[in-house]
Amino acid sequence: MSAYLPGTLTDLWDLLEEADTAVMAGGTDLLVRRRAGKCAGRICCLERIPELRGVQEEEGVLEIGATTTLTDLLESATVAARLPMLHQAVRQLGSPLVRNQATLGGNMCTASPAGDTLPALYALGAQAVLLSRRTERVLDVAEFIAGPGRTALEPGEILARVRIPLPEPNAVQHFEKVGRRRALAISVASLAAVLRLDGDVVRDIRLAFGSVAPTVLRCAEAEAWLTDRTLTADNLRHAAGLVRSAVLPIDDVRATADYRRQVAGNLLLRLETYRP
Amino acid sequence: MIIRFCINGRDTELDVRGDERAVDILRERLGLTGTKEGCGTGECGACAILVDGRARLSCLTLAAQLDGRDLTTIEGLGSPEAPHPLQQSFAERGAVQCGFCTPGMVVAAADLLARDPHPGREAIREALSGNLCRCTGYSRILDAVHKVDER
Repeated sequence: MSAYLPGTLTDLWDLLEEADTAVMAGGTDLLVRRRAGKCAGRICCLERIPELRGVQEEEGVLEIGATTTLTDLLESATVAARLPMLHQAVRQLGSPLVRNQATLGGNMCTASPAGDTLPALYALGAQAVLLSRRTERVLDVAEFIAGPGRTALEPGEILARVRIPLPEPNAVQHFEKVGRRRALAISVASLAAVLRLDGDVVRDIRLAFGSVAPTVLRCAEAEAWLTDRTLTADNLRHAAGLVRSAVLPIDDVRATADYRRQVAGNLLLRLETYRP
Repeated sequence: MIIRFCINGRDTELDVRGDERAVDILRERLGLTGTKEGCGTGECGACAILVDGRARLSCLTLAAQLDGRDLTTIEGLGSPEAPHPLQQSFAERGAVQCGFCTPGMVVAAADLLARDPHPGREAIREALSGNLCRCTGYSRILDAVHKVDER
């Protein structure tokens, strides 16, 4: 087994020509899988390619390099001010030690149903910028993530950047995660929500649930029902029922499907705290 | 492949294999056994080292990734004759029982203190949330970091 640390994209494309080459960002998922005997072969680290790292704002869109670490995101003033839901989600992911090396792109490419940055990215309408030697394509995050542990990446292609349209400053951004403990807990259920209020009337709402379906679930039924209704406990309770019908959770070591279904609905009730 | 790095102030060159991890070369090749391997999956923090001043998990770092970096392990933070203030404080406040988690705890705390010299208890709890201790119950560890500059 060999490990490579190319310093340029040109060198990277050459390395990716060879079969059995795994791409590594922070290594916090990949090296655990490797230790378990999965994904043998060569490793190509992205950490030394400057174009793939950093946070930049341009015309209302935040572009985040795929190998930007989660600690970098927490320390970004723009992320804290304009994307508080992503900031909150990242604060609850892993531990400081994990966040010092884990990356946003890595969390997306792992494509876990419980990936903690994903609900926020779905709710924010993020896009993935994919590069290969000859192509560049842009996919919505929901298209990029093809299933549990699967992405739309083709051989020789990498996730280079994430584009996040910044919500208007007065939009409500909410994230809540339920886990067995605070640090290093894999989510049992989570909710990321972006909403625009007109007084206490919901004008626009996006709801993305984590860990309750094979991929992050946008709940269109609850979104449609809440639109143009007031943000009252009664209305939220009704929408929570729609959420419980829409989710497709599983039983696993962390929680039962019934518990996840119940909690997914309950997470919605918290939005009442944003009622003016 | 040949890698060059600075470890605990000493320039070092090593020929490493692609599948060797940072913790492997520290313990097996350089004899720096202060760094411990606990879980091997990033959940216990016992293997934490400073890479360019930030705490990292040496069990989830390839040796090759150390090329060109500046490393500090628990051995480089202080010595029995001249301990780091955190090491002194851990010893004085009984924050060590079996000692296995201690190097990782001290390294994670050193990362915190470098950015926040006077952290509150909540900030310390947060900074050490990726480090497991199965003996002490954490209170004395929190005290040791919180009162590091008191004598």
